[in-house]
Amino acid sequence: MEYFIQQLINGVTLGSIYGLIAIGYTMVYGIIGMINFAHGDIFMISAFIALIGLLILFGAGISWLPFLLLAVLILSMFLTAAWGWVVERIAYRPLRGSFRLAPLISAIGMSLFLQNFVQIAQGARIKPLPPVVSGGFILMDSGDFTVNLSYLQIVIVVLTLVLMTGFSLLISKTALGRQQRACEQDRTMAALVGINVDRTISLTFVIGAALASVAGLMFLLYYGVIDFFIGFLAGIKAFTAAVLGGIGSLPGAMLGGLLIGLIETFWSAYFTIEYKDVAAFSILVLVLIFRPTGLLGQPEIEKV
Amino acid sequence: MAEMLIITGLETFYGKIQALRGVDLHINKGEIVTLIGANGAGKSTLLMSICGRVKARSGAIVLEGLDITKAQTHEIIQMGVSQSPEGRRIFPRMTVMENLQLGATTNQMAYFDEDVAKVFDLFPRLNERKNQRGGTLSGGEQQMLAIGRALMSRPKLLLMDEPSLGIAPILVRQIFKAIGRISKEEHVTIFLVEQNAFHALKLADRGYVMVNGAISMTGTGSELLARPEVRAAYLEGGAH
Ligand SMILES: Nc1ncnc2c1ncn2[C@@H]1O[C@H](COP(=O)(O)OP(=O)(O)OP(=O)(O)O)[C@@H](O)[C@H]1O
Ligand SMILES: [Mg+2]
Repeated sequence: MEYFIQQLINGVTLGSIYGLIAIGYTMVYGIIGMINFAHGDIFMISAFIALIGLLILFGAGISWLPFLLLAVLILSMFLTAAWGWVVERIAYRPLRGSFRLAPLISAIGMSLFLQNFVQIAQGARIKPLPPVVSGGFILMDSGDFTVNLSYLQIVIVVLTLVLMTGFSLLISKTALGRQQRACEQDRTMAALVGINVDRTISLTFVIGAALASVAGLMFLLYYGVIDFFIGFLAGIKAFTAAVLGGIGSLPGAMLGGLLIGLIETFWSAYFTIEYKDVAAFSILVLVLIFRPTGLLGQPEIEKV
Repeated sequence: MAEMLIITGLETFYGKIQALRGVDLHINKGEIVTLIGANGAGKSTLLMSICGRVKARSGAIVLEGLDITKAQTHEIIQMGVSQSPEGRRIFPRMTVMENLQLGATTNQMAYFDEDVAKVFDLFPRLNERKNQRGGTLSGGEQQMLAIGRALMSRPKLLLMDEPSLGIAPILVRQIFKAIGRISKEEHVTIFLVEQNAFHALKLADRGYVMVNGAISMTGTGSELLARPEVRAAYLEGGAH
């Protein structure tokens, strides 16, 4: 029982990270119908930005934790959002209106470019970070197994909840969110009511990248090591999460992220850790066989 | 008389296919002008060209003295053009209210309550359906919403693409009545594309006939209605 609860805590933490990345995939897919393969690498870049930011602040002698984390979070959000914007501008926008596969190929190219760029600029070796947020609660102690809930896990889950709630409100209640949804549903009509469609698409990339950057910082703090390749696997998992939840659906991305985190954690805990990546993908295949639109995705209901 | 819109020598292509072959027309402020023509003549293409959604290869589109031929769609809408498009294009997964809010994008909903009241007065049905999703409305209700949404930006020039298409005759009459009211009460200049030539020419101050991507005839509504060529081509069996 204790073991199960511990895995649940770990799974929800990991699921939060996947969920935040998955939102970026699902939003971009929703608005331009493209899988942004470079999104995982944007996440990776954000982890590097956070690492460099933390090291600089440590070097400057700043050690008050709340300030440190907040400063790095904000810095990383802005810089990563800028990366997201630039990627859309140079790799996707010029190809809009060209054949359907063109932006996809461009996205794969952009993904490779970002990986190689970081590999060259930062070196290929794993970058460690000493624990920044340590400590936690012992929730249960049965003698031979203790259930730990670390402060970091609390921070990750709470921050994710806050961001996802805020973001859902932004999309469902504000003029900006309405314009974003209008572009998703009918881009020509969106332009005809006076929406600047290109700017809205840019903004989608910026928001997706900003959310991924929060995941990047969490990943860095949680695992304590990063390298230029982390974006690949995390990206694929988050993409799987988005498809599992129903690509294009925001609640779907959040749910999918949570599920993938849980599946992966429980699989490693009860079966074998070697096949943990296969587990998530197998579940995806199963779900798609029975529900091709994903768990919360809806088939198009457009009336002709 | 002051001109709202002047189009000269407009040519538009879809790839290699030429859709507009030198269109010339003008619309005066406060007028209702109608454009009739057979399927595939290029009517919708003309409206989309005015809105900058299809780019002209040559020719000019001038709105109140400003050349908008190369402007982007959202800039043209900001300048006071609005379109109720072919097929209505209601945002299907948004409510009637949200569709109307989107119509008011260019004025940041500054006059929202006042304008919604006017739209509901014009089309009381929309008021009853205001929290219903656009995709679940009937064709006639969608058409009312498309017109209402187009009015929310307080346009100077309202473009309407076949508002009577696929709608029951009783609703068609209601929609034409509404178009007349919009022109009179809101002083909006209206450019109306119609297959329903009889109703349109009766309502309009002037009309143009488009054949094969160019204007072939023009005159006042009653002049065109009296022309035998028009009657033969566009009114056979349609005059009721
Ligand atoms: N997106 C497009 N791509 C290629 N050709 C197009 C496109 N849209 C329209 N056309 C062609 O341009 C010509 C004019 O079409 P348009 O839709 O403007 O006609 P229309 O007068 O509005 O017809 P209808 O009365 O059927 O609505 C047609 O021959 C049509 O096939
Ligand atoms: Mg048409």
